Amino acid sequence: MTDVLIELKNITKIYKNHFIETKALDNISLKINRSEFIAIMGPSGSGKSTLLHILGLLDKPTSGEYLFEGKKTLQMDENTLADFRNKKIGFVFQAYNLLPRIKALKNVALPLIYAGVDKKNREEKAFEKLKEVGLKDYADHFPNQLSGGQQQRVAIARALVNNPSIILADEPTGNLASFQAEEIMKIFKNLNKEGKTIILITHEEEIAKWAKRIIKIKDGKIIN
Amino acid sequence: MKNNDSNSKTGEIKKFLDYFLEIVNEAVFSLLANKIRSGLAVLGIIIGIASVIVMLSLGQASQKSIESQIKSLGSNLLTIMPGALSTGTVRQAAGSANTLTLSDALAIKNEFLNKYIIDISPELSRRSQVIFERANTNTQIIGVYPSYQTLRNINLSSGDFISQFDIEGTRQVAVVGPQVVADLFGDGVNPVGKMIRISGKSFRVIGVTLAKGGAGFFNQDDMVFVPLSTAQKLLFGTDYLSSISIGIKDEKLMNQARDEIGYFLLARHKINDPYQADFSIMSQADILQTATSVTSTFTNLLSGIAAISLLVGGIGIMNIMLVAVVERTREIGLRKAIGAKNRVIVGQFLSEAIILTLLGGFFGIIFGIIIYFILSVILKFSFIISLPAIFLAVTVASIIGVVFGYYPAKKAASLSPIEALRYE
Repeated sequence: MTDVLIELKNITKIYKNHFIETKALDNISLKINRSEFIAIMGPSGSGKSTLLHILGLLDKPTSGEYLFEGKKTLQMDENTLADFRNKKIGFVFQAYNLLPRIKALKNVALPLIYAGVDKKNREEKAFEKLKEVGLKDYADHFPNQLSGGQQQRVAIARALVNNPSIILADEPTGNLASFQAEEIMKIFKNLNKEGKTIILITHEEEIAKWAKRIIKIKDGKIIN
Repeated sequence: MKNNDSNSKTGEIKKFLDYFLEIVNEAVFSLLANKIRSGLAVLGIIIGIASVIVMLSLGQASQKSIESQIKSLGSNLLTIMPGALSTGTVRQAAGSANTLTLSDALAIKNEFLNKYIIDISPELSRRSQVIFERANTNTQIIGVYPSYQTLRNINLSSGDFISQFDIEGTRQVAVVGPQVVADLFGDGVNPVGKMIRISGKSFRVIGVTLAKGGAGFFNQDDMVFVPLSTAQKLLFGTDYLSSISIGIKDEKLMNQARDEIGYFLLARHKINDPYQADFSIMSQADILQTATSVTSTFTNLLSGIAAISLLVGGIGIMNIMLVAVVERTREIGLRKAIGAKNRVIVGQFLSEAIILTLLGGFFGIIFGIIIYFILSVILKFSFIISLPAIFLAVTVASIIGVVFGYYPAKKAASLSPIEALRYE
């Protein structure tokens, strides 16, 4: 029996500005099971980032239905969505998006603040996750004291800290040299082995190869 | 069950406190990241709060000093001045008309002495140049009767006051205030027996009054007293008076005495309509009221200006916070993406604004008190820290923080996480 984590039904997203309407996603339906490792591939402008934003509950589709763990998400209000993102989804961005003023440990602990975890538990959990990504000696470093690969690993630790159902990674290796990229992908692979569901966006075949399933997208449509 | 309930409640409070501390902590950190900018933003509030405190405190102090000085002039005192004070049409200022004479004063004394009056003091006062050797000063010359001393609570540090003999003999003698002594003779010199020149006539100093303190409009230490007869005949060449002070037996009789003396004087001046009176009678309370209403108007005006600078400071805070929101768009996007609710973002930026204004309030109070202290030394005002002023300043500062911080905070919270994350 497969365990369905995410179900997209006929998702369409249209961006409008004063002059033109752009159909970023065109009637996409998709099922993602628990413990999958998926790479979404496509050229720039294909709609893959939009898809990830919708999957990550950062954006709402123009029409369609999105079930997360069987719950309809499109009717949820902003606070519920914020809670969902906080507890169920871990984000990893191309530009790491660490807060420069605070140390690695606090960066990792940030989602726990919003989850209402007390300080002692926050730091314990954050440190544990830093250890998992191999940065236990860097807890007291500021982001600008770390290499790109290290920063991205801090970002992964941050994504993991609240024990989410799914990790969404938007070109996580886009800013990294190939040896660093490989390290990051190894971490993702291990996480997936432990049962984490992972979806990543990439336009590099090399990276996509790490995933178990590849979804190709072009002009807002899934093409495989 | 109950126990459990209260446990979860304290847990909630603890959680909230922890959360609150975290937000404040972050706010402090991000403010420290831009020390100069934060400092400049705070400066506006500091200046605003400091000036409000200085203005309110100075106003209060000057009010107090005027009150105490007027009280020290003697309570239970009615003062008759030539010319009218009120009524609609344009009139000359009180004191400028020539309508009161010595015989008016003596007639009032004869009529009311046993009924209401303790004593009566006719006065003629002008400003004039006073010279001692090479030193000179421009000061108030008052021609008086001996009764002036008792009615106005004048004490002498040395010598004697003007006597009846001095009046009768039209003697060229003078009693000087300590300020005049300081200006003409230098501090610590006893001038009794020395000769001074007033309006070109020489006078022998026979006494020095004890310092009453005070400054500005009502400096009682900057005066020279001469016999009334000498002032009228020798100095100013007039038969008129500039005021008549009347000591009333009992404070309860003040209003009654004022009315009766008023009608008596009207009859003497052959005036039927009280509104056409060529003199006015004021009690100490009236004078006090006039003087304090003038200073309080002044204080209000200055405080208003200070409040405007506070408003400008608040706009400065809003400006800085708006810049911070734009600068930290990515940060806001990230925070929202990882689960920060809108109210958390609002709380974060609002607390930064409030911390800025409270800091401004704190330093504003300190600077305000320092400036006020310096001014009180220079202006010889009493140094009374006005607690209501400080309370007001802190309240206003926090209100400004909330009001001017709310819009930027709301703007930050309303950013869409993807737009914010894309922002370069």
